Order: sequence, then C-alpha cells, then structure tokens
Amino acid sequence: MSQKQEEENPAEETGEEKQDTQEKEGILPERAEEAKLKAKYPSLGQKPGGSDFLMKRLQKGQKYFDSGDYNMAKAKMKNKQLPSAGPDKSLVTGDHIPTPQDLPQRKSSLVTSKLAGGQVE
Amino acid sequence: MFPKFSLRSMFHGAGGGNDIQWCFSQVKGAVDDDVAEADIISTVEFNHSGELLATGDKGGRVVIFQQEQENKIQSHSRGEYNVYSTFQSHEPEFDYLKSLEIEEKINKIRWLPQKNAAQFLLSTNDKTIKLWKISERDKRPEGYNLKEEDGRYRDPTTVTTLRVPVFRPMDLMVEASPRRIFANAHTYHINSISINSDYETYLSADDLRINLWHLEITDRSFNIVDIKPANMEELTEVITAAEFHPNSCNTFVYSSSKGTIRLCDMRASALCDRHSKLFEEPEDPSNRSFFSEIISSISDVKFSHSGRYMMTRDYLSVKIWDLNMENRPVETYQVHEYLRSKLCSLYENDCIFDKFECCWNGSDSVVMTGSYNNFFRMFDRNTKRDITLEASRENNKPRTVLKPRKVCASGKRKKDEISVDSLDFNKKILHTAWHPKENIIAVATTNNLYIFQDKVN
Repeated sequence: MSQKQEEENPAEETGEEKQDTQEKEGILPERAEEAKLKAKYPSLGQKPGGSDFLMKRLQKGQKYFDSGDYNMAKAKMKNKQLPSAGPDKSLVTGDHIPTPQDLPQRKSSLVTSKLAGGQVE
Repeated sequence: MFPKFSLRSMFHGAGGGNDIQWCFSQVKGAVDDDVAEADIISTVEFNHSGELLATGDKGGRVVIFQQEQENKIQSHSRGEYNVYSTFQSHEPEFDYLKSLEIEEKINKIRWLPQKNAAQFLLSTNDKTIKLWKISERDKRPEGYNLKEEDGRYRDPTTVTTLRVPVFRPMDLMVEASPRRIFANAHTYHINSISINSDYETYLSADDLRINLWHLEITDRSFNIVDIKPANMEELTEVITAAEFHPNSCNTFVYSSSKGTIRLCDMRASALCDRHSKLFEEPEDPSNRSFFSEIISSISDVKFSHSGRYMMTRDYLSVKIWDLNMENRPVETYQVHEYLRSKLCSLYENDCIFDKFECCWNGSDSVVMTGSYNNFFRMFDRNTKRDITLEASRENNKPRTVLKPRKVCASGKRKKDEISVDSLDFNKKILHTAWHPKENIIAVATTNNLYIFQDKVN
C-alpha cells in the first residue's frame, strides 16, 4: 500500500503518543531484529555503516598472489606439499601460500549466452 | 483532482488510468535450475525507440533483441523480440600492480539515440566503459578483378578483362564492433553511466568519484565529483548511483549509501563537490536501529521522462521526489514492508545488500521495481493502486493474463497467498525495464528474461 507523507511534528507529541505512533509505524519489528542480531554476534560494532563495512565494499576483487613468496615457499618445502586453500578459495590469510591452482580461472566465457539460444545443458 | 469513480472493469476500456492487464509474452534463457555464474543477468535496457532490448550478464556478454515489425493483420499482440546481435563486451582482467581481479560482469548498458543507420551503446564493467557500434550488413561487393569470390588472389596472368564490382544482396549480418574504449579512469568500481542530453558527453560514477567524458575522446576525462576523504578512516558514505537530467545538460544527481541524493549543476564550478540541492528525508533518531543506515542506502536513482521528478529505490521502498522539494519525497511506496521483521536473517545471508533497480513507464504514471521470489511490483501514481506479479514459467501461455500475487505477512494465510517464510530469497528480480512508449516490460530473473505486454483486444 502506498503512503502519503504525514506532517512530522514529533516535538508536539507526548512520550506516550510517540510510542504508540512508533508501534503503528512498525519500528518495533526492526528493534526486535536488531536484538536478535546482537544476541547472535555480541561483538558486532556500533557503527554498521562505518569505515570497516565500506572499506570491505571498496576492496572487492582483491586477490593476493605473490610469486616471490610462492617460489620461496616452494624452494623451502621441496618435496612436501604446499598448504593449500580450504574450501573458501576467496579468502587467503595466514600461513596459506596461494598457488596458481587456487586462483580462480580467468578465462572469459567463450560460449554464447543462453539468452541468445546458446548451448543449453 | 483524481476521478472518484474507478475505471477498472472487466473489459479493457479506452482512456487513461485503467488498470493494465499484464500478459505473458516471451521468456528467454535456459530452463534448467543449475545456473552458471556467467548466465546471471546483470542489466536490462530498452533503446530510445523501444525496438531494441539489450541485456548484459556476469560473463561479460551482451545480447540484443529486436522487436519484429507488427503484422497489421494479426494484431493480437505487439511484435515479438528476437535475437538481433550478441557479443562479448568485456573480458576478465587481472590488475597485477594492485592484485585486483577485474570482473567482466556488465554493470550497466546505456543506449545512444540513433543518429544514422547504425546503433550505438555504452557498456561498462567495474573499470572500463566501451562504446559499441552495432551495424547491419545486407549487401556485399562481388566481381573483383584480382580476387576470387572466396578471397584468394587470382593469378594476375589469368586476368584478361576489366570489370566493375557490383553490390549484391546477402543474408543480413549484424556486426558489433568496439569503437571507443574508455579505460583507466576509475580506481573504484563503476556503478553507473549516464548519457547527457547533449548526446556528446556522458558521466561514469564509481564508489567515490564521478567523471565526465566526451564520447569522441578516450584519453581524457574530467573529474566532477570526488568524495574521497583525505583520511580513508573517515569514510562514511559512498556513491551508489548517478544520472544526468533528461533535459538540462548541466544537471545531474548522485545518490549515496546513507540515503541522500545530491543534485549538482556543472555551471556552478568545475568540481561539483558542493551540491546545489540535497534531498534527504528526515529520520526520527529514536527510530534508529543497527539496520537503519543499511536499508536506507539507495540502490538506484532515475529521473522521470519529464525531468520534474526523480525516483529512488532503497531496500524496502520506492520514493518519488519533486526536484523542487528537498526535505522529503512526495510519494513513498512500500515494496515489501513484511521484510522489516526479517532483517536479522536478511543481514546474515547478505540479502540486505541486494541492489534493486526501478523504472518509470513512458508517461511517468506507473513505476516498477523487483522483489524476491521472482515477484515484481508496480505502483500507479494516479490511482494509488499497486500490484504484485510473478515472473514464472508456470504462466507460460502467450496472452495469459498474470494473476496478482499476495504475500501474507502474519496471521492466517489465505488461499493463494504465500507466507513470508516461504519466499525464495535466491530468486530475486533486481533488473527491470519498461518500453519507452508502449506497455511492454522486460523483467530479469537470475538467468531468464521475461517479456510481458498488456492485453490487446
């Protein structure tokens, strides 16, 4: 249902009326959801729209592969297997040395789009 | 002001303001449920006449459909859209200097108005914008003196006569070629491109900057908005969308992750860091929650065709703003308010960050946007009526009128209603487009493109 904007005069409402208005506008569900989230993740920061969250958005696509590290590690390890990535190949941290096999394939789609009647599996 | 009597009736009557009866027309794409990443549709756009419909996907491919000419005798429906051209627009890249993977996903396609026989469009991924020329070839020269028909060169000693090659008809071939490549101007990820009403320049916007380009010049672009703080720790908001005004070549708007829209006038200064107008709806601070800022982030901004209004889409609503009034929108439409009590799980599965687009119909009287469960919503600004429809292969017969859908938020679920908990949040309609002149809409599900038309009697 569409809503026309009502004139907002919160200062004129008494405390009680304000709470009623809030409940009518459905703010309570949002607060309940917030409480649920905080219960699950107590360490969640105060400012959700703050730096950390935005920085993650700006850094989308960052992949780390240092050929120097890789070759050094290979030389050290010699015959042993290099520690490989877990199932989540996008996250590379700590002791893991990325290998060329871990990096996602960079081939472009040579197959025609299925919207254009391309190969259908 | 508005007629008090309802024009809604069983039969499609004449005149404006009637409720439109939407019918299935076509569906494109694979039937199987196993969706390959590359097939995910990432943008849909009609050209200025509505004759062409372009889609872009995550695999960097563009597919263009063309409406077939109406058969005047068989006027049951308007022409169907068939594949006209398809090409690989962008390829995946790796920026070795920054260790940055550059996706080939097409973020936006924008058509240029047609100036000659060829069609032109801009397509962009996260980093590079390309101008594509799509042209038809329906004749070819034959009868060369020195070459055989297959292209091999003839032995010159066998040439005894001289002839003039002539053009002969051939099967229609549609060729797409990249005419300009606009690269290396964006450090962050491009979210929008918009062609100026002067048809000579266009803007591209990333998370923190907006650049102005000339369509003929690829080695230079002007930075017109820069919101990058000197200290990145102080970063509080990013640019989410930008668009040029449809008529005023000096005016553009950009929206932010904090729910604000800034209107800028390029005549005021070279760098438009200071807005001319700031559109923001005041928020009651006591209503603020952890989710407030996230759900207020604007995912799309679109000017009306008239240029008098603009529409913004945030997570739960669509708002119409009058350019003459900055302090609040003139209309607000709830898309799926029932999700407000599901924000916790929507945050956990990342759906709260989904970027829905919105669009106007040709006369600016109806607006449309997508939702979950392959539902999409339309709001009639005049009658104040709204409708929820579903893009599904179940309603597959051409000219079948789509049945309105209803979501039951709580309490007893009526027959034919679907409860909030049964909604499929993997089936999201992020991209929709409306034909500029007719009641024909293109709705993209994850990997299929649906075309719906209004019932024609």
